[in-house]
Amino acid sequence: MQIHLSLQQKWILRGLGCLSLLGFVGLPAQALTPDEAGHLLRRVAFGPQVATVQALLPLTRTQAVEKLINETRSQSVSALPSLPVLEKKRQRQNEAQTQKNQRERNAQSQQLKAWWLQEMLVTPSPLTETMTLFWHNHFTSSLKKVKSPTLMAKQNQLLRRYALGSFADLLQAISCDPAMLRYLDGAVNRKAKPNENFARELLELFTLGEGHYQEADIKAAARAFSGWSLDPNGQAVFKTKQHDQGNKTFMGQTGPWRGEDIIRIILAQPRTGEYLAFQLWKSLISPNPNPTLVKRWGAEFARNQYQIKPLLKTILTSDAFWAERGSLIKSPIELTVGSFRSLGLPPDAEGLVLTSRQLGQDLFNPPNVKGWPGGPNWIDSRTLVARQQFLTRLVEMRPTLNPVLNLSLLPLAPSPASDLSELLLDQRYQLK
Amino acid sequence: MNRSEFLRLSGLGLISLCLDPLVILNALAADHAQVPVLVLIELQGGNDGLNTLIPYNQPAYYKLRPQLALPKSEILPLSAELGLHPALQALKPLWQRKQMAWALGVGYSQPNRSHFRSIEIWDSASQADEYLEHGWLGRVLPQLPANSRSLADGILLGETSAGPLNSLALRTLALNAKGRLPRSVSRPVNSSQMPESLHHIQRVEATLNQGARELNQRLSQAGTLPVKMPDTPLGRQLGQVAMLIRAGIQSPVYKLTHGGFDTHRQQDGIHGRLLRELAEALGAFHQALEPQGHWQRTLVMTYSEFGRRVAENASGGTDHGTASPQLILGGRVKGGLYGQQPQLEDLVNQDLRHHVDFRSLYQTIARRWWGLKPFWPESQIPVLNFI
Repeated sequence: MQIHLSLQQKWILRGLGCLSLLGFVGLPAQALTPDEAGHLLRRVAFGPQVATVQALLPLTRTQAVEKLINETRSQSVSALPSLPVLEKKRQRQNEAQTQKNQRERNAQSQQLKAWWLQEMLVTPSPLTETMTLFWHNHFTSSLKKVKSPTLMAKQNQLLRRYALGSFADLLQAISCDPAMLRYLDGAVNRKAKPNENFARELLELFTLGEGHYQEADIKAAARAFSGWSLDPNGQAVFKTKQHDQGNKTFMGQTGPWRGEDIIRIILAQPRTGEYLAFQLWKSLISPNPNPTLVKRWGAEFARNQYQIKPLLKTILTSDAFWAERGSLIKSPIELTVGSFRSLGLPPDAEGLVLTSRQLGQDLFNPPNVKGWPGGPNWIDSRTLVARQQFLTRLVEMRPTLNPVLNLSLLPLAPSPASDLSELLLDQRYQLK
Repeated sequence: MNRSEFLRLSGLGLISLCLDPLVILNALAADHAQVPVLVLIELQGGNDGLNTLIPYNQPAYYKLRPQLALPKSEILPLSAELGLHPALQALKPLWQRKQMAWALGVGYSQPNRSHFRSIEIWDSASQADEYLEHGWLGRVLPQLPANSRSLADGILLGETSAGPLNSLALRTLALNAKGRLPRSVSRPVNSSQMPESLHHIQRVEATLNQGARELNQRLSQAGTLPVKMPDTPLGRQLGQVAMLIRAGIQSPVYKLTHGGFDTHRQQDGIHGRLLRELAEALGAFHQALEPQGHWQRTLVMTYSEFGRRVAENASGGTDHGTASPQLILGGRVKGGLYGQQPQLEDLVNQDLRHHVDFRSLYQTIARRWWGLKPFWPESQIPVLNFI
C-alpha cells in the first residue's frame, strides 16, 4: 500500500523536521519531533497513534511526560466480565462435575485475558496499562497455580489501582492479596509449619534482590507473615492463632514482628528504592542500567514516600531515556496491542488472547515467579516467524497509514519506505 | 571433547586408526560430520511409570490398583521383577538386541507436583527450589565442535516447547507441520546505530534462513524412508527426524512431544493407546535408521515431568506423582535396567521414592554420548552405564 502525501503534507513534515533541528541545536523551540513523540509513546503507551502524536508535538519533553502521567487512570474503562464463583472442589466429586468445573474455569480464564487485552486496546491511558503490566511481571501470579480467574481479576484491579500510586501501599496490599497468598503459598504459612515461599520471593524478587539479605532473614520474615489464610469465599483472613507471635530478628531488628513490620523495615533499606529503579530502567530505558543514576533515583524514590509518579517523571525526562532508540525488544503484548492501536484497527481482544500466547506472552500466566524473561528471549526462530505472520495478517486488513505515523512508528534512522507492508516487516518494528 | 573421542563417537574410530585424524576431521567438517544425535521425546502430562514398566511380582501393585493393574499374563517380562506394558510390544525386539535401557525411579528431591513447575525443573536441570532461566542443553551443546552443529544446535518438531533447548546460547529451529522450515521475510536494516537488540534479531534471522536453505535443499535430495511410519503425530514427526538424520543434517538434538499423559480419568484405554503409538513410532524409527548405520549414532530418550500416584483414584485414573522410569534406545546403548526400582511399600506421601536423580541422565549423555567434561561433580550426580 502506498501513502500519497499531498504537497501540503510534505511541507508540514519538512517543517517538523526543521523544528527538530532547532531543538537539537538548543534554540528555544523545544517542541517534540515526531521521532521523539514516537519514542516516548513506543516506550510507555503501546506505540504512537495519530491523535496522540499530534497532541504531543507542540509540547516539550517535560510537558509531554507530565501530560501522559497526569492523564493516567486507576480503574479500567472496560467493564470486568462477571466471573461467577466456581464451585469449590469437593473431596468426592464425580467426573462430570470435575470436567464441568474445568470447562468453566477455562472459559473464565479466556474471558479474563480478553478483558485485559480489550482494556489495553481501547484505554485512553495506555501508560496505566503499561505500568499494570509491569507490576504483573513484578508481583507475578499465575492462573495455572492460583486456579481462580476471580482472584486473578481482583489482583489485576489492585495492580492497576496502585500502578502509578504508592509502591509502599502496593507492597502492603500485595502481601495479603488472595491470589498472591495462593500463588506463593502464603495461605498455608502457619506458625507450626512455616512456608518460606512468599518471604523468599518478597526479598529476592520484589524488593531487595539477591545478595542483599541472609537466609535467616527469610526465615524470620516467613514467621512474621504466618497466619494469613483464605476463607471459603476467597477472602484473605488473618488467623491470630496460626500466627507466630514470638520475637524475630529481621535485617538486624528484633521484635514480635508481623508482616507489615517486615515491609516497613524493607522500605527503610536504601536497596529497595534502587532495586525498583533498576527494574524500571530495564523496562523503560535499556538493558544496561547506569548504577550511579539508579542509586540517585532510588534514594529520591524513598524520599518521596515511594510515590511512583515522581519517579516515572524523573526517568522519562532523563537524558538517558531520550538518548535511547530501539534498544529494547517489544514484548508480544506491545507488538500486538500496539499495532492494533497505531493502525486504528477494530479491536480484536479475543483473537489477541491466542496470538499473544503463541508469541510467548500468555497474560495472567507468566512462566514462573520471575516473570517473562523478556528482552532477546522474546525472539527466537519460531516467534520471529510468528510475529511476521501476525504482521502480514494486519497488512491484509488494509489499514491506512497516516504520514505522521510513518515518522513515529520506527526507532532508528533511516526513514522507512512508505509501503505499510515494508514498514511493519522492517526489523526495527520489533524494537521500541 | 578431544578429537579422537569425537571420532570414536562419530562411529569412525576404526578408520581413524588407519588415517591421520586431522584429514578425517577436515573431511567431516567439509560436508558430513556424523554428529552423535540425541532425540528427546517429552511424554507430556506425567507418564504413569508404574503401568509402563510394571513391577508385576509386587502384590502391592495389584492391591493399590484394583482397576488399573495389568494382568500378569499380559505383561512382557524383562526381568524377574519388571515387565513392559503389552502396548509396548513393538519395542520388544530392541530389548532382545540389547539396545533398550530403562533408568529406574528417576526423579528429584522435594518433588513438585505442578506440571509447569516440574517440567521447568526438568528442562532447566535446576533444584526444586531454584529458578534457572535457560534449558540444560544451553550449557552443554556449546562445548560440541562447531561443525557438528553447523545447521542448528537443535531442531523442534510439532507443537513442542523449546524446553531444554530454550537458551540464548543456542540456535534452535522449529519445523512446521509439514516438516519444513519457514523462512523469515523481514526487511533488513542497515542503520548507523545498531543496538544489540537489532543484532539479536539479525542473528536469529540468519540462522533461520541459512537453515531453511540448506535443510530444504538436502531434504529434496534425500529420497524416501525404507519403512512406512505410523500415521500418528509422533509417527509423522519421527519420520521427519529420520529423514533429517539420513540427509546428514548437522544438528545434535531433536526434540519432540508426545502429549496426553495426564490421565486422571479412565486411564486404561488412553494410556495403552499412547504407549502403543510411542512403541510403534519408535520401532519404525529404528528400522528407518538401521540400513546405513544411522541407528549407531542415534540416542533416543524419553522424559516426563513426573510419574503418577501409586494408588489409582476413584475415576479410574491416577493423580500426579513423583519418580518414574525413562526409556533409552539406540544402536550404541547397553541394554538393561539401571538404577533401582522404587519399592511400593516404601512410599513418601503415598508416592514413590526416587533413586536416580534426573540429572544423571543428562550427565550420562554429556559424558558418554558426547564425550564432554562432567556437567556436575560426578560424586553428586553419577553417570549411568547405559552408554
